Amino acid sequence: MTQHDTRKDWRTRAADTAARKEAAAPLFAKGKEVLAKDTVALLEAVIRAGDVINIEGNNQKQADFLADCLNQVDKSKIHDLHMVQSAVPLKSHLDLFDNGIAKKLDFAFGGPQAARVAEFIDNGKIQLGAIHTYLELFGRYFLDLTPRVSLVCAYKADRKGNLYTGFNTEDTPVIVEATKFKDGIVIAQVNEIVDELPRVDIPGDWVDAVIESPKPFFIEPLFTRDPANITDNQILLAMMCLKGIYGEYGVTSMNHGIGFLTSAIELILPTYGAELGLKGKICTHMIINPHPTMIPAIEEGWVEAIHCFGGELGMEDYVASRPDVFFIGPDGTLRSNRAFAQTAGHYAADMFIGGTLQIDKYGNSSTATAGRVAGFGGAPNMGCDPKGRRHPSGAWLKCGEELPSLDSLTGSVPRGKRLVVQGVETFGEGRKPVFVDELDAWKLAKSANLDIPPVMIYGDDLTHIVTEEGIAYLNRCKDMETRMAAIRAVAGFTEIGLTAKPEETKALREAGIVKTPSDLGIDPSRATRDLLAAKNMRDLVTWSGGLYNPPARFRNW
Amino acid sequence: MALHTLELTLEPATAAGPVKAPTHIGVTGSSDLEVLIQPEDLSGKVSVKLVTPVTGFDALWERVLRKFIDETSLSDTRIEINDNNATPAVVLLRLHQAYTAANAA
Repeated sequence: MTQHDTRKDWRTRAADTAARKEAAAPLFAKGKEVLAKDTVALLEAVIRAGDVINIEGNNQKQADFLADCLNQVDKSKIHDLHMVQSAVPLKSHLDLFDNGIAKKLDFAFGGPQAARVAEFIDNGKIQLGAIHTYLELFGRYFLDLTPRVSLVCAYKADRKGNLYTGFNTEDTPVIVEATKFKDGIVIAQVNEIVDELPRVDIPGDWVDAVIESPKPFFIEPLFTRDPANITDNQILLAMMCLKGIYGEYGVTSMNHGIGFLTSAIELILPTYGAELGLKGKICTHMIINPHPTMIPAIEEGWVEAIHCFGGELGMEDYVASRPDVFFIGPDGTLRSNRAFAQTAGHYAADMFIGGTLQIDKYGNSSTATAGRVAGFGGAPNMGCDPKGRRHPSGAWLKCGEELPSLDSLTGSVPRGKRLVVQGVETFGEGRKPVFVDELDAWKLAKSANLDIPPVMIYGDDLTHIVTEEGIAYLNRCKDMETRMAAIRAVAGFTEIGLTAKPEETKALREAGIVKTPSDLGIDPSRATRDLLAAKNMRDLVTWSGGLYNPPARFRNW
Repeated sequence: MALHTLELTLEPATAAGPVKAPTHIGVTGSSDLEVLIQPEDLSGKVSVKLVTPVTGFDALWERVLRKFIDETSLSDTRIEINDNNATPAVVLLRLHQAYTAANAA
């Protein structure tokens, strides 16, 4: 075949990579090990101005040492970098733009740096590509945003470059595969270089250099909720969710957001859920990180399988001791993987439930506020109706059957629908109304020059809203007028809620489109913390048989 | 921090009478509040005294309390509320809990 190959060189990337690695060759200590003190020199050797660069920035584990070192490179040589990464939660991620080393950003989640992202877009320090969902960004790693050099993070490495990402594998496999198989360069910071790894999560020939970081990477227990902080009102909402949605639709597979409402739901499964006779009928398969508040339900035998995006500090031993439920490697520890968990959450699960800061009168919701470009993490991939789904399930079919307008789009062909639930109090922190005429996302779009307002969950994907007033079954609404009336009916004392007409709400209740706690047969005076299977962190430790080891800041006894 | 006091006198559309016994519910903790509710001859009215660190929400408080009075048809009752930044949802929940407990007593 080679005689037909008329172009001179099909291996320019490989040649370029080889030249870069040649420049770095003197820096290698033993095998693929580079000493921490030589890291800046290594980055200067292998990175060129204008490169597409990924710094592994997950929900939890962070390649923080490599991010700090990238800030120290000679910016007369290395500048205008195009950063593509899931999250930019560290100060150092944004310092790259402040220091004139990076120019363009494509990301999914801003977190604590959200205000600086907005500021830098406004003053021109960041040229924003787009705010993505995780799967969308991962997809672009294999399409038009393939990293030239990736700076990743693992617990351990050996000198052949094999990596152990263990409990918190998160994004590492997807980043490394996209980078390495397009002749890119992969550099890993690890907490420890050892002779033998517990298991190999990333093969050594996909990794170019390993560096033992001067200190262990930063990791945050983002998914730990202290049951002591769960309020009676959250318990009331949790009761409505279990009876009016989980039980009503028989939802077996789902993702839970990280708020206190979902923690409350998890903690009343063994009490109120059992009383409703729902054990074995709901929550059997979950796509969630190892939430400590799931321990009582797991111990009571509610759950068959849990796959995780990442780990959670303190849950290592508990999870490793429940291999019938979690995905455990041959070495006996959890393997998480954000790309696969998001795929399951997007296509395979029947329901997403979470909270938000704002819902507009049409049912679009967003956590974006003016002056903060935060992105949405995992919510949008799971909080939408996956149009590529084809396998049926009871909950998915029922949710679709209830959709009065389905025949206007598919004629007589039946189709199911993902349940997408937003559970909120009508007023949030500081008595800010959650229900609004217009999302703050519009103001943000204007101030940060975005083409579209960043919407977390679009109104056409949202099927249920749960507030202290009741449940709005938006999937049962035939048109926008009915949807807006159903939203008003559960919007309480917000300006939107005050426009609800009593006779209209009465008709919606009769049609089963809106259900109040009493319509659901729920007595609000039962909504007290007595229903929680665990009332504090210590109870969770007790439920776990001592296997859960909460981080110091949660050890309050 | 100066506390704000709001006093309201409300009258139900139809009077169903006072709660049975004096009752206390809740704690004045963060995002929470305590409610003291007791029967008292007030010529069919309900008297509310509210102490809160938050200003600018008087109209909202009045709407929430009016809804509670309308739902329960409560009359001849004195209510005292000590609030620490509770949301309307929590206020209504505590009022209903106090009402249920006061009538069960």
